[in-house]
Amino acid sequence: MTAHDTIQPNLRFSQVGKSLTRTDAPGKAMGRTPYAGDYVMPGMLHAKVLRADIASARLKRLDVSKARALPGVVCVLTAADMPDRTIATDIPGQTGRDRLKTEQQILIKERVRYFGEPLALIAAESADIAEKARRLIEFELEPIPGVYSPEEALAPGAPVVQGTDNVVSTHKIRKGDTDAGFAEADMIVENTYVTPFQEHAFLEPEAGLAWVDENEVITIRVCTQVIEHFRAVADAIGVPHNKVRIMGAMVGGGFGGKEDVTVETYLAILAQKTRRPVRLEFTREDSFVGHGNRHSMTLKYRTGVKRDGKITALDVQILADAGAYVYLSPYVLLYSAVNAPGPYRVENLNVHARAVATNNMFTSAFRGFGGLQAAAGYEQQMDEVANAISMDRLEFRRRNYLQTGDPISTGFVPPSAIWTEKCADLAWEALGDPTPSEGPVKIGRGIGAFQQSYGRLTFLHDTSEAWVGIEMDGTVTVRSGVTDIGAGQASSLAQIAAEILGVTLPNVTVYNSDSQVTPLAGTTTATRALYMTGNAARLAAEAVRERLAEVAAEKFGVDVAQIGMEFNRVFVTDDSAKGMTIADLVKLAASRGVHRSELAIFRAPFTDVLDPETGQGQAHPDYAYGAHAIEVAVDTETGEVKVLKSVAAHDVGQCINRAAVEGQIHGGVQNGLGYALTEEMLYKEGRLMTPSFSEYLMPTAMDMPPVESIILESRSGLGPFGSKGIGEPSMTPVPPAVANAIADAIGVRVFEMPITPERIWRALEAARG
Amino acid sequence: MSTEKTINLRVNGREETATIPPHRTLLEALRGLGHVDVKCGCEKGDCGACAVLVDGEAVDSCLTLAQSAEGREITTLQGLGTPEAPHPLQQSFAELGAAQCGYCTPGMIIASESLLRKNPAPSDEELRIALSGNLCRCTGYVKIFEAVQAAAAVMRQTGETK
Ligand code: FES
Ligand code: FES
Repeated sequence: MTAHDTIQPNLRFSQVGKSLTRTDAPGKAMGRTPYAGDYVMPGMLHAKVLRADIASARLKRLDVSKARALPGVVCVLTAADMPDRTIATDIPGQTGRDRLKTEQQILIKERVRYFGEPLALIAAESADIAEKARRLIEFELEPIPGVYSPEEALAPGAPVVQGTDNVVSTHKIRKGDTDAGFAEADMIVENTYVTPFQEHAFLEPEAGLAWVDENEVITIRVCTQVIEHFRAVADAIGVPHNKVRIMGAMVGGGFGGKEDVTVETYLAILAQKTRRPVRLEFTREDSFVGHGNRHSMTLKYRTGVKRDGKITALDVQILADAGAYVYLSPYVLLYSAVNAPGPYRVENLNVHARAVATNNMFTSAFRGFGGLQAAAGYEQQMDEVANAISMDRLEFRRRNYLQTGDPISTGFVPPSAIWTEKCADLAWEALGDPTPSEGPVKIGRGIGAFQQSYGRLTFLHDTSEAWVGIEMDGTVTVRSGVTDIGAGQASSLAQIAAEILGVTLPNVTVYNSDSQVTPLAGTTTATRALYMTGNAARLAAEAVRERLAEVAAEKFGVDVAQIGMEFNRVFVTDDSAKGMTIADLVKLAASRGVHRSELAIFRAPFTDVLDPETGQGQAHPDYAYGAHAIEVAVDTETGEVKVLKSVAAHDVGQCINRAAVEGQIHGGVQNGLGYALTEEMLYKEGRLMTPSFSEYLMPTAMDMPPVESIILESRSGLGPFGSKGIGEPSMTPVPPAVANAIADAIGVRVFEMPITPERIWRALEAARG
Repeated sequence: MSTEKTINLRVNGREETATIPPHRTLLEALRGLGHVDVKCGCEKGDCGACAVLVDGEAVDSCLTLAQSAEGREITTLQGLGTPEAPHPLQQSFAELGAAQCGYCTPGMIIASESLLRKNPAPSDEELRIALSGNLCRCTGYVKIFEAVQAAAAVMRQTGETK
């Protein structure tokens, strides 16, 4: 244990940290929670999207006359009907920073850049008619040469996807002197790791309903992680920002896939044009090509090491496939660069990362956001280096882990505890006795340690707002724009407010996710909701508590510090006979005109961008650390992998809801196992060959191993009560842990994920020579 | 051209009528009648989000023609219990954190109920097999397994399974 062990050790909670039934849980279990696709309105139209079926082409002809003539069709729109409309695909900002140049055509004008790019929008009296109309649209695409991998895209004379060249973004990190570091090394280990595209595969396809209300406000009920997109939508359709309102609904899974605009713009345009309510729900196939996937990356690691395990230099070259439009690629790539060395001390570091446009599906945010791909690189490389110097894999890591107070790659010192070592040791130990190998079935074990930020890039100047008020009967209302994507984002605000105001969780109701009514909380992305909005709710609740406590202190004739509030009662801490219900306290406060609500804003640290040449500076507010251990059985005859054990150890700072933390870990494991083993997006000249769940295989109930969660609470994080975050961190270490376990089992490494039976078999064949 | 037909559907114990063309799936018909607790995840039988009980057996309603369900007993998640009197599966899913985003939950609970009616004490393996047609992207299934087993125990005790 270090000096930075659990801070605030005396904190005692009545609501926080427990596995309470989440406020959103009963509605879901009863089948009474409405999702965006469940809303209907009188006179509602049904929309469909017509998409291009070639990835790189020129639009020669588009004839919608037959579709328009079909009875029941109300509106068919093409780019010709809205000539200059584009939408920014940049990070949604409540920031002062300018956008990147990331305009995308809403509908294809002339050039098709990816398979599935939208050509036309249809609105009709029924979904059947809309679908029929979609099939009546005639179009001719003339194929033009495209580029389908970053390597192709970088080749001299390669076709340019958009703009002047295919490099979308570059990031550099330079620290120390890598030449000297490599010269000093006893050994240099060089490997290239390839990570795949990944589909979010949330169970709820994108859906929404839009209408123009009585105040000429285009109102969109939609499943999104980001209601702040109302600004981008307003800009795209040319109305003032306060004339677009986005109302979220419970989101049926996001994982980054509902972070960019999806159906909103189409809905807004159709509602504006028809002045009738319009509903649009993506089919699963639409969904596969309707949002950006995870960047496939090639990560080249070159590590200089001493025989005693000291890393003397590290050079990392990263090449990411950004697909046909920029979207969040520059930011994803920045995460990869910052995290390239992982949770290790590397004094001499050189990182060069590039994102390159291709005619593949555009890529954008996905749980782990570039940090995950980096982890697949650095953790596999740590094993390879350990093997090269014949050192135990955990021991080699122990000699290099960042410790609390150490600077990371950018020179920034994370303000919280770094407990990677403790987590890795605990996870490894929890694997217990090894399962014995049997015949061709070999057993192997792997570890993945990681570093993953929580909170958005600090140069974005992130803020979040929440309002907390207490009613005359002692019930509490929280209002905040935060979108709930299933991790309990709203419920954790309730738990925080309940803790501070001394009420029990069922007495708190959260109203969330309305861009014009609830205070804007910022995005539910980047593992930031708890950190940012949790803090805003905390500040608001504390302000209300303070005022109520003053009233109570005066009433009981004691000091404010002696006032306790718990389980719907207010009392004097050393004389609990003196007390009353919170409801009575609120009534008393109200009779004196005390302000019983508060709107609070929380600001993350604001910084400038990193130094463009050296990458030095602060990129994120803070980082989470932990590790994952895996045991696998690999059948060396068939290449089949079975995951036998999975242990997650995370320092989450402080659990708000323990069951919800465990749930995030379990889901992260499922996502990570799929990524490492089975989930494969196959493209042929940019055409997605796997647009369904019978072709794109994520782990089912049959595939999941038991998962053990070791949850540590350093209480050192920047979130409320010292919390950090677990949304992304839960997944990040899983893929390399799996890869390392497989390599351990079969004695050779498969350098490309997903590690399919075929790839294993090939690697074994190659090793057999 | 399709000819519309008016059919009677018995949903959650109530008679309802729908006028639909022959190709209309049970999923579309039920949602059209306002039973939006039946979820659509793929329309291809790949995800299980649309599962309902037809005569006590879980089926993917997206693969079932509405007309074929005429005269049969259809139960959706809402038909299993009410907020005042929840089904043990609904209770355990809520209390044990088995619903995260909740989109797979209707299908998961229906598939679990179908299993428990036939097999009140499923083994871990039997449970996994029974739920293997229901995808979930949020929970890794771990708490779903826990919730089903917890509900099964309650149901065995209270004799709710036959
Ligand atoms: S919607 Fe029926 S199985 Fe997916
Ligand atoms: S809880 Fe989200 S898909 Fe299962």
